[in-house]
Amino acid sequence: MGEKILMKGNEALAEGAVRAGCRFFSGYPITPQNEVPEYMSWRLPEVGGTFIQAESEVAAINMIYGAAATGIRCMTSSSSPGISLKQEGISYCAGADLPFFFANVVRGGPGLGNIAASQGDYYQSVRGGGHGDYRTIVLAPNSVDEMGNFPKKCYELAEKYRMPAMILADGILGQMMEPVEFKFETVDPKSLKEKGWELGVDNGRGKRIVRSYDLREGELEKINLRRMEKYQEIEAREVLYETRNCQDADLVIVAYGTSSRIVSAAMKMARDKGFKAGLFRPITLWPFPSQALSQMAKKVRNFLVVEMSMGQFVQDVRLAINGQAVVDLYARPAGIPASEEVFAEIEKVYKEIKTAGPVKKAAATPQLRSVQAPAPKTKPAAKKQVKKRKVKVSKKAVKTKPAKPPKARPVKRSTPNVKRTKAAKKKGGRK
Amino acid sequence: MELLNKKPQSLVDMKMHYCPGCGHGIVHRLVAECMDELGIRERTVGVAPVGCAVFADSYFNCDMIQGPHGRGPAIATGIKRSKPECIVFSYQGDGDLASIGMGETVHSAARSENITIIFINNAIYGMTGGQMAPTTLVGQKATTCPSGRNPKVNGFPIKICELLAPLEGAVYLERTSVYNAPNVIKTKKAVKQAFQNQIDGKGFSLVEVLSMCPTNWGMTPLESAKFVAEKMLPVYPLGIFRSPEKEGGAN
Ligand SMILES: Cc1ncc(C[n+]2csc(CCOP(=O)(O)OP(=O)(O)O)c2C)c(N)n1
Ligand code: SF4
Repeated sequence: MGEKILMKGNEALAEGAVRAGCRFFSGYPITPQNEVPEYMSWRLPEVGGTFIQAESEVAAINMIYGAAATGIRCMTSSSSPGISLKQEGISYCAGADLPFFFANVVRGGPGLGNIAASQGDYYQSVRGGGHGDYRTIVLAPNSVDEMGNFPKKCYELAEKYRMPAMILADGILGQMMEPVEFKFETVDPKSLKEKGWELGVDNGRGKRIVRSYDLREGELEKINLRRMEKYQEIEAREVLYETRNCQDADLVIVAYGTSSRIVSAAMKMARDKGFKAGLFRPITLWPFPSQALSQMAKKVRNFLVVEMSMGQFVQDVRLAINGQAVVDLYARPAGIPASEEVFAEIEKVYKEIKTAGPVKKAAATPQLRSVQAPAPKTKPAAKKQVKKRKVKVSKKAVKTKPAKPPKARPVKRSTPNVKRTKAAKKKGGRK
Repeated sequence: MELLNKKPQSLVDMKMHYCPGCGHGIVHRLVAECMDELGIRERTVGVAPVGCAVFADSYFNCDMIQGPHGRGPAIATGIKRSKPECIVFSYQGDGDLASIGMGETVHSAARSENITIIFINNAIYGMTGGQMAPTTLVGQKATTCPSGRNPKVNGFPIKICELLAPLEGAVYLERTSVYNAPNVIKTKKAVKQAFQNQIDGKGFSLVEVLSMCPTNWGMTPLESAKFVAEKMLPVYPLGIFRSPEKEGGAN
């Protein structure tokens, strides 16, 4: 503790896991996370652990399934296509309530995509990813320091709730070098408590089974409902996020991981120009900091989401804000935004606030503006089509009554909100 | 009165779901008897497959894990490497081991994982209702090759012992059957040897058991036993393909 070490993000991730007590790693090479297995291949034997280069991601995750079932702290890492292959195994671990930790150092997709940084695996990470009803705890670091310190957090959460926990990073975080300070005592695996469900030597305790199925009528639903309660508890208790300059902000930029760093720089430029811009950075992507955002939307009229994916992350932000404020999007699906570009977006938002005024804008285009930059050279016909679709979406969004409108919806902000609230009131559904 | 035979301790006292004449139940008992006789029940962890033997996690009286289709050897690897003091076996069907899980099978053998694999070859997919397996015989009918397996369309059967034999990591490979009593006894001997190898830390052992699936073959149990003897044996010869003493090559 206390000492700062200059490391690559991927190495910090591996070292952090080892210090957190990881003694088993199985993985398969894929760029841009290769430093993780490379590091583990010499580091784990040093501490009496096991490293296996598996024959495939499928085998790697199933080795983890076996290892996790023995109660050992284990880990696998991969990048996008590899994580896709691991999804069945992750679903099994979720179904068998096994804790383990894995990292996705995301690259561009879909398909083979490219090896540059991306946030295109957002849906896959926070919506479950594999088959069936389940969730994965997702932590999104934005520095090499966090790459090194989050594995411990992941193990603790995974074990506390008996479920998979992951770090969602990207190629930039994996490859860049920064100082890391491991801010926790190194964990001796022998100091970890017995769990009471792990497989191993019986010693007269009687047989134990790890399985992810239950064919008895109605039983699986009961299990899933119990699991859902657990998920709700996590949503209530384990949310992590960071806010900067949000106190007086009239525009809050929402971003996670690498894009939050880019936004940070853009926010500074904006502050220098006198724009009151702040940053909201979710650290847990699931559980998502919905409440915090919703609270903020009561005071802040404009949000700008910056993401390196095709408008995936913005959906969670919009769900949280639930029409209380304007949410604009700056999306770079397989592109890395420069802070100047983000700053230009901030300027645009301010211009619109000035000309249209927040009320009118919220009324007319609550979910409209999606910007992709650099602007693609599309044919006019295609452009028209895109616009049409967007308008449709916005109308629908305006008409739909939300199942659970947040308590203190600011009625004054926009006409659609007023309508919606009245309708909700009529049905007595405002809770 | 002297009690000559009783239910092995390593089996849970419950009714199994297997069809009459199915080989799975016989092999379960053999595996359990071996565990009893070697005194390893308390430290054995078994991996149940996806397939008709999915409920093996209920039947064996030791710690069990049920894994995804075909991934038994990888799961067993994870368990064994995490808890080397455990005796780990994976129980798999032919669809499981020779099709979807071929990669895991070959590579766990190549790594010479110190695990034991019990491989039930009934030349068909049992649980899903009789589709063609990689081990289905040429000419044998299955629901996905209704006029019989045609090598030109469906390829040839895969002989797992022969396929694995050249691998240096494959320490013990034996093919046996359970279609009649003498062969049941031989199967038990092979299973015991496969466990003993693991106890001795020798490495990868696999026993391929030619077994019956009366239900999906559309035969009576007796006809099924005859089918194994007459049709399967010529394609899948019994014997030791690799052992710690005898390296490489079929006998
Ligand atoms: C990933 C996946 N693919 C397919 C299945 C469906 N499935 C269940 S059992 C089975 C075949 C089992 O056949 P085999 O391994 O030969 O065992 P048997 O039932 O004959 O004992 C299949 C294809 C599955 N459960 N999971
Ligand atoms: S379907 Fe075949 S393999 Fe499955 S239990 Fe019945 S006889 Fe055995």
